Amino acid sequence: MIRGKPDEDDYWNNSKFKAFTFDDEDDDFTRLKESKRAVNSIRSLVEEEDEEDDVEKVSWSGEPVGSISWSVKETESSIRSTGEVRDQSFPKIHTAPSLPKNSSGYSLSSLFKGKAKTGSFQSFSESFGDPSIRNYAPELRKPKSEYKDYVSDWTPEETVKRMQQGKVYSLEKFRSLQDKLLLLDEAVNAHDGNVITAVLIYLKKSLSKEILFRELITREIALRHYIHYLKEIGEQKLLVELFKSMDRTEDMALMQYRDHLNVRDENKRRDFLKNCLSFPFSPDDATHVQDHYTLLERQIIIEANDKQVESSGQADIFKKYPRKASILNMPIITTLYYSCFYHYGESDGTFSSPANIRKTFRISDKQFLLTCLGARAKLKAWFDVDALFTTKNWLGYTKKRSPIGFHRIVDILQKNNAPVQVLQDYVNLVEDVEQKISLAQKYKCHDVIINTYRDLKDRQQLIVYRGKVERSSSEYRKIEEILSNSQLRWKN
Amino acid sequence: MAHSVRRDAPELPDFSLLKRLARDQLIYLLEQLPGRKDLFIEADLMSPLDRIANVTTLKQHDVDKLYKVEHKPIVSTSDQTVRGCFLYPLTNWFLFPDVVNADKAFGRFRRYKIIFSPQKFYACENLLEEQGIFGDVTTDEWSFYLLPLDDDIISLELPEFFRDYFLEGDQRWVRTAGSALHLLHSVYGPFSKVYGIGRCSKMAYESWREQVEEGEQRARQAEIGNVFLIDRDVDLVTPLCSQVVYEGLVDDIFRIKCGCVEFCPDVTSSDKSIKVMLNSQDKVFNEIRNEHFSQVFGFLSQKARNLQTAYDKRSGMDIKQMKTFVSEELKGLKQEHRLLSLHIGASESMMKKKTKQDFQELLKTEHSLLEGFEIRECISYIEEHINRQVSMVESMRLLCLLSLTENGLLPKDYRSLKNQFLQSYGIEHLLTFSNLKQLGLLVEQQPGETLTVMESRVGKLVNDKTAGQIQAGPNTVTVFNTGWVPIPLLYLIQSDEEYDLRVPRDMAYIFSGAYIPLSCKLIEQVLERDGWTGLEEVTRMLNGHEFAVTGKTSGVKTDSQRIILVMFLGGCTFSEISALRFLGREKGLKFIVVTTAITNSARLLESMLDNHA
Repeated sequence: MIRGKPDEDDYWNNSKFKAFTFDDEDDDFTRLKESKRAVNSIRSLVEEEDEEDDVEKVSWSGEPVGSISWSVKETESSIRSTGEVRDQSFPKIHTAPSLPKNSSGYSLSSLFKGKAKTGSFQSFSESFGDPSIRNYAPELRKPKSEYKDYVSDWTPEETVKRMQQGKVYSLEKFRSLQDKLLLLDEAVNAHDGNVITAVLIYLKKSLSKEILFRELITREIALRHYIHYLKEIGEQKLLVELFKSMDRTEDMALMQYRDHLNVRDENKRRDFLKNCLSFPFSPDDATHVQDHYTLLERQIIIEANDKQVESSGQADIFKKYPRKASILNMPIITTLYYSCFYHYGESDGTFSSPANIRKTFRISDKQFLLTCLGARAKLKAWFDVDALFTTKNWLGYTKKRSPIGFHRIVDILQKNNAPVQVLQDYVNLVEDVEQKISLAQKYKCHDVIINTYRDLKDRQQLIVYRGKVERSSSEYRKIEEILSNSQLRWKN
Repeated sequence: MAHSVRRDAPELPDFSLLKRLARDQLIYLLEQLPGRKDLFIEADLMSPLDRIANVTTLKQHDVDKLYKVEHKPIVSTSDQTVRGCFLYPLTNWFLFPDVVNADKAFGRFRRYKIIFSPQKFYACENLLEEQGIFGDVTTDEWSFYLLPLDDDIISLELPEFFRDYFLEGDQRWVRTAGSALHLLHSVYGPFSKVYGIGRCSKMAYESWREQVEEGEQRARQAEIGNVFLIDRDVDLVTPLCSQVVYEGLVDDIFRIKCGCVEFCPDVTSSDKSIKVMLNSQDKVFNEIRNEHFSQVFGFLSQKARNLQTAYDKRSGMDIKQMKTFVSEELKGLKQEHRLLSLHIGASESMMKKKTKQDFQELLKTEHSLLEGFEIRECISYIEEHINRQVSMVESMRLLCLLSLTENGLLPKDYRSLKNQFLQSYGIEHLLTFSNLKQLGLLVEQQPGETLTVMESRVGKLVNDKTAGQIQAGPNTVTVFNTGWVPIPLLYLIQSDEEYDLRVPRDMAYIFSGAYIPLSCKLIEQVLERDGWTGLEEVTRMLNGHEFAVTGKTSGVKTDSQRIILVMFLGGCTFSEISALRFLGREKGLKFIVVTTAITNSARLLESMLDNHA
């Protein structure tokens, strides 16, 4: 049927492989069963009395929970008795040239100096970048007392430290671009994302975006914080501009594409996806987005049509197997399955026909066959199943072919409760003889087994097998017949 | 379980103190708000809070009603609302201003307080400010950094750490990790040695060091000797493998949340599911948690037989004996009986699920991938998995394992598998692929980098020297050079000889003896060598960032020196914890695992999804 979630299916989620075994599964399983029986048999004694909280139950329902067992022993909260006094200065990592902390000295000032000479900052005091001089600068303009009134004297390092410790701080005094960047770099060096983001918020408010973007290009860590922050607060437009300014067009396209998830109405979503087609995706992704648009467009048409047909009661298939969910927004393969289920045999021209979907979305032969087989087997349309594998050669002889091994086909059919008559046709087609016999035994296809042993001229096995079938059955008679056939030349 | 078990392992420190500290601080915060108040709790914070305080405690401190945060206008009689918020993701929290503004529109003015745990972020305060409700809402922090989940497991309960740091490149939790270490250091330290590997570990160490320097120092008897910090991306293969140790398997199938699991009716053989705490208090669980799943049945049947015998004793007892039996033994037996039937039920249910899923074939494919054999067969297995629309996360997991072990996929395979994946599970997974690529979990081989597996193995590295050094016992050690791949892989694969899971000889038993988890092997090697000497080639492939520092402690060898704290930044799996417990038993050490969260392949990959609005 139509699956709500693609991973929830059980209709052909079946095993070609042998069952889960670690060592000797049967033994373990029986042992487990025995243990269970043993334990259950003594249950009666136990359940006479109240169920106690031997097993701790946990809930948060607003009702008192009395069962939390960590319970407080009135231990001293003062922490441990004092031991010997030692020098406990905390060691730095010495072998760490790659740590940003250690390399911070060169990066900041050299960066600014480089930039300063390139032009745009030349109007500033020549002394910037040198903090010792810069700190005196305000005092030249204003009396010290007045200055102290509203500007605190904290250096970028002190400011960052105060921010980390949750103390009062002020970012207002970082007004020149250089000061702002020093502050940002200091925050980055402190490895504290919280502070980095706080500084970025300040820079966002106090710098034009062009300048901020330009400075972020060379600051990868700050940039990633900024992008994450914008994502979280949902500033889509600004993000688009940021990606554009950095030439990260694929990121930009994907981010805009992501927004389709927020569009609930299917028609609006389709239009949104159509709009996405013009975004600069990578060539591969562009194809996928095109598929996405085409798919939803088709689904809308199919859904409208089928809903109408279903409610009018015109088609038997919908009466017999009412739809469980809408096909909208389902994956391509689920749509194909749906189409094979409800629209099998429609002409290639219609949007809802399996052949059309297969062609439009370039579905591989193997994938098509698997999906189609699942759908037709579910409907017990064994004739259709047969037709899937039948090919005619130029002489007009028919032959069964499959892009996947027939043992897999058998498996899928069996999971869909195919009758033995159908199963054995496919078991017969399995090439590997051992595999054929084991499958035949698993699914009780007696004829296959008997014929195979006959063809192998394996008299012994046939005799063994005779012991396994009922005496009055037709299989038994068949084996008897073969064994008594004097024409056969047995190998044993 | 190991042949040579050292019986002199030291006692673990008492971590219930951490809970007490957290609880005391919460009470303090509540008392800061006199009068009756309602408490709104973010869903993610509920289970951790449950481990710290119960309803009675909260009621004692004037908490009127408890609500789950639902991001809709608050209907509450109390005029004062304390709102506990587990802050992130910000997108959920974003709706809080609407709540306040809705209140205002009704002409109600209530006082709101947001208590952030474990810390507040400037970004959130900024948001309150921008929304014009900064004064109406006040904020505080509940420094609840560490939640002891068991005697030897402490969690920061930050599942978002992995995505935030490794995918988004956001370092917001680095200081949190540093603060957690600082807390442990000040309660159980001073630690004598710190080893680490990974960029984040290094930053967390720096943050911790700074906090130690800022704070006052107290001299104490150390209870923990050494510390090992490791970034999750040093070893991404291990968490992506299927878990086969009991506790790991339970986590993979039923999902253990905050040390607690909900067993479905299928397990309990009744009509309702029950929540069970899984920790060392559960005597039955404690004996099987670290065992390979195949060994669990035998153990449980033995237990069941013993139990039967114990019950049978009562036949033929006289009244007095019966009385003693009831008062002394019955309660214990009853408890054991309950636990036993629970774990038997769980084993049975897991067995059924795994059989349905062709677990054996899946494991075979995983092992082939790790060994680099029969890659084409593996690819067609994965393809079929995708074609049949079997579990999306499983398909993704196999693709990632393929990419990690093969230095990326051949462009042709990448394109074809991606195409089939999108067809089967939805085209919006384009976004997921982009994330996986960004993180280096699923990538295309670069043009020119078209070495076959054999070439890369034989030609490019297999540094005999390193291999020889890291070799331990009979294990074959293979070292892959992964060249450009951002997440390099060094793999420690077992030779093909039979591995007796009843008597595990090394940590590889957690993966059926097939290979040793890299994370744990590194820890073992570094502890053995007391540093990184001799492992240069390995760390070079793991992108370096290794460090080892020694504190200035006296050289006194105490028991605490044999207690090792291992911190995983980005999460660790129960299998790794089992492996470390094994290592501890072998070497007479005790490991304490501190992790940002307990993870497994599904959690790790689900955090990469972007396909919801």
